[in-house]
Amino acid sequence: MRTFILPVVAALALAVAQPAAAQELTGTLKKIKDTGTITLGHRDTSIPFSYYDDKQQVVGYAMDICLRIVDAIKNELKLQKVDVKLNPVTSATRIPLMANGTIDLECGSTTNNLERQKQVAFTITHYVTANRYVAKKASKVDKLADLKGKTVVSTSGTTNLKWLTEENQKQNLGMNIVAAKDHAEAFLMVETGRAQAFFMDDILLYSLVANARNPGEWMIGSEAYTVEPYGIMLRREDPAFKKVVDNAVAQLYKSGQINPIYEKWFLKPVPPKGINLNVPMSPQFKKVVANPTDSGDPAAYQ
Amino acid sequence: MKYNWNWGIFWQPAADGSGTWLHYLLVGVVWTLATALAAWVIALAVGSVIGVMRTTPNRWAVRFGNGYVELFRNVPLLVQMFLWFFVLPEVVPQALGDWIKQMPPPWSAYFPAVLCLGFYTAARVAEQVRAGIQSLPRGQMMAATAVGFTLAQAYRHVVLPQAYRIILPPLTSEFLNIIKNSSVALTIGLLELTARARSMQEFTFQVFEAFTAATILYLLLNIVIVFGMRWVEKRLAVPGLIAVGGAPQAGH
Amino acid sequence: MLAGFDWDVIQRSLPYLFKEGMTFTLTLTALAMFFGIIFGTLLAMMRLSSFKALSLVAGAYVNLMRSVPLVLVIFWFYFLVPYIGAWILQQNEPVKVGAFLSSVITFTMFEAAYYCEIMRAGIQSIPRGQVWAGYALGLNYWQTMGNVVLPQAFRNMMPVLLTQTIILFQDTSLVYVLSITDFLGAASKVAQRDGRLVEMYLFVAVVYFIISYFLSYLVKRLQARIAVPGKL
Repeated sequence: MRTFILPVVAALALAVAQPAAAQELTGTLKKIKDTGTITLGHRDTSIPFSYYDDKQQVVGYAMDICLRIVDAIKNELKLQKVDVKLNPVTSATRIPLMANGTIDLECGSTTNNLERQKQVAFTITHYVTANRYVAKKASKVDKLADLKGKTVVSTSGTTNLKWLTEENQKQNLGMNIVAAKDHAEAFLMVETGRAQAFFMDDILLYSLVANARNPGEWMIGSEAYTVEPYGIMLRREDPAFKKVVDNAVAQLYKSGQINPIYEKWFLKPVPPKGINLNVPMSPQFKKVVANPTDSGDPAAYQ
Repeated sequence: MKYNWNWGIFWQPAADGSGTWLHYLLVGVVWTLATALAAWVIALAVGSVIGVMRTTPNRWAVRFGNGYVELFRNVPLLVQMFLWFFVLPEVVPQALGDWIKQMPPPWSAYFPAVLCLGFYTAARVAEQVRAGIQSLPRGQMMAATAVGFTLAQAYRHVVLPQAYRIILPPLTSEFLNIIKNSSVALTIGLLELTARARSMQEFTFQVFEAFTAATILYLLLNIVIVFGMRWVEKRLAVPGLIAVGGAPQAGH
Repeated sequence: MLAGFDWDVIQRSLPYLFKEGMTFTLTLTALAMFFGIIFGTLLAMMRLSSFKALSLVAGAYVNLMRSVPLVLVIFWFYFLVPYIGAWILQQNEPVKVGAFLSSVITFTMFEAAYYCEIMRAGIQSIPRGQVWAGYALGLNYWQTMGNVVLPQAFRNMMPVLLTQTIILFQDTSLVYVLSITDFLGAASKVAQRDGRLVEMYLFVAVVYFIISYFLSYLVKRLQARIAVPGKL
């Protein structure tokens, strides 16, 4: 028995005496270091942020930013490589899947607001858009009041749907609100005449119209109802991970590397149909690039 | 594990302003029942006809009945739901199709859901009716004919009353199935109980609470219906007519 | 009506539909059947055991699964399996479970309740004499079940088990509610992207019909084949 004690004690002592200089990794960073993989949540039809191109590959503006973030994480953790797993999410599933650990970063078109910050965290805003509606030109819908008593649609789990439900009550519009599973389904409802208007962030609407069978028959409302700053989502209460992600995005902005990425997706032809959306950087977003912020308060983006 | 428990969510006002979240879910129960009952009426009516057809001496009726059952049993319910909701308005004449599509929600989802569930379950009811009729001693039909009944009268007065009593237990299962299958209608926008639980989860992020409530409500529905049907069975029981316990059948 | 049909869209998307969609559907069906039958048989043995606690727990589980819609069960498992995994493994962070694994778990657990009832009837249909004979020969409970009762029960219930599997095959289409790309999901994506709802959904219906009908036909043939003449 005694011959065993010394080696055992020595082994234990070695195990305990880790180099004190190494930082204690917690949370998501620890998970990535231990498993060597990171799971990115992506969308299927949020053009041009996160979607499937015509070869069923996941591409997009938010995806490119996320991949830069993954590079930064790789450097921070000093790993040779990090395996990137992709997990499709919808507007309705993205927050629960982030909360339950299925995805580590959500790279899409998710609005950052104070209410959501109770469930998840956001990094620096990567786009600023506004809530509008799209309708067929033939239905002659010019303002919200024109939709009184009509059927309108938005996507489940979005801020737009929430706003629409509340506004419908506040202004007593008596609209029939339908919640679609995703943007493509919602757009299809207006296309087939089941709904008169689809409320969504304007950039997503521009993309849907540009890729539609007959772009000329659509019109997008001129009124902007709410300001929607997009942010890449991550888990709450994980400050170490958030710091790495924030730094990565801030670095992109400060170094100007964000500009070619933005151009690639908004000012050049993009898959699946090679259409150029031609949306220059808005003044609100330029402000964010100059002064990176992850605020969930719309007032910060005026 | 960072989940914010909040069982008080049920007493907070729902997003669409119709009342509390609990009220929102209970309205979902009403829609579930409304869909299930309407579909059940169709299922019983059509299913009985098809089931009887499969037991008649007429070869073409049997073939038609078999074809119907095969068709509706081999296509998944969700796919059938899509056919009724998306495809039907596109393949009927333009005017009718447009009228269907213009129907405001919730009727735009309710009618396709009821029709779909009705015809789907009718195939299963037809199976039960056929099994019930065929489990009767052949002597019953022969005796009825001997006494002078026509085929229709024999079915109406002798065969069917006995057959229905025999198949009351499996019919109860089918009704419970319709209640469960009504949840599939959430894919076409019907706001029944499961859809509302999902919607509540999306707005409030209280995943556990919303789904637990839905589960409990379904269990309660089950219990009420099972006890209700047992009471119906007792009321309708004919002394001496023993129902044979059948082999277990596959299905939900 | 048929003039406007675009049969091309079906042809163009065939590789995607079958390589991605149908593969998922078939893999999910096979895995859920395999694990579901194993778990279902275990549940059946629990229900028939003389330990009240075991039979109550198993009974409660089976009744619960059979009382709630599959759609609701799908939602439950998709959102909550990671939390449960973390609780079981005593971790702080929820365990990462992808869509596929979550679906396999969901369908296994759900179908096990139905397989359980089938196996329970199967086990109960074996004459008790078989069990006594096993004990008389000196076999213990597990050996009797494994070598005498279960093989016979399986053989008897094989057609019903397979029919339940065909139903499982059709039920996998419900992963649609999670936007998972099974056969129906893949067809929906193509349908929405190209605006060809009618063609794609009709195609999906026809494919499911052909496969299900063919499989039930095989089950009927199997039923005729394994029927032992003279045995009830």
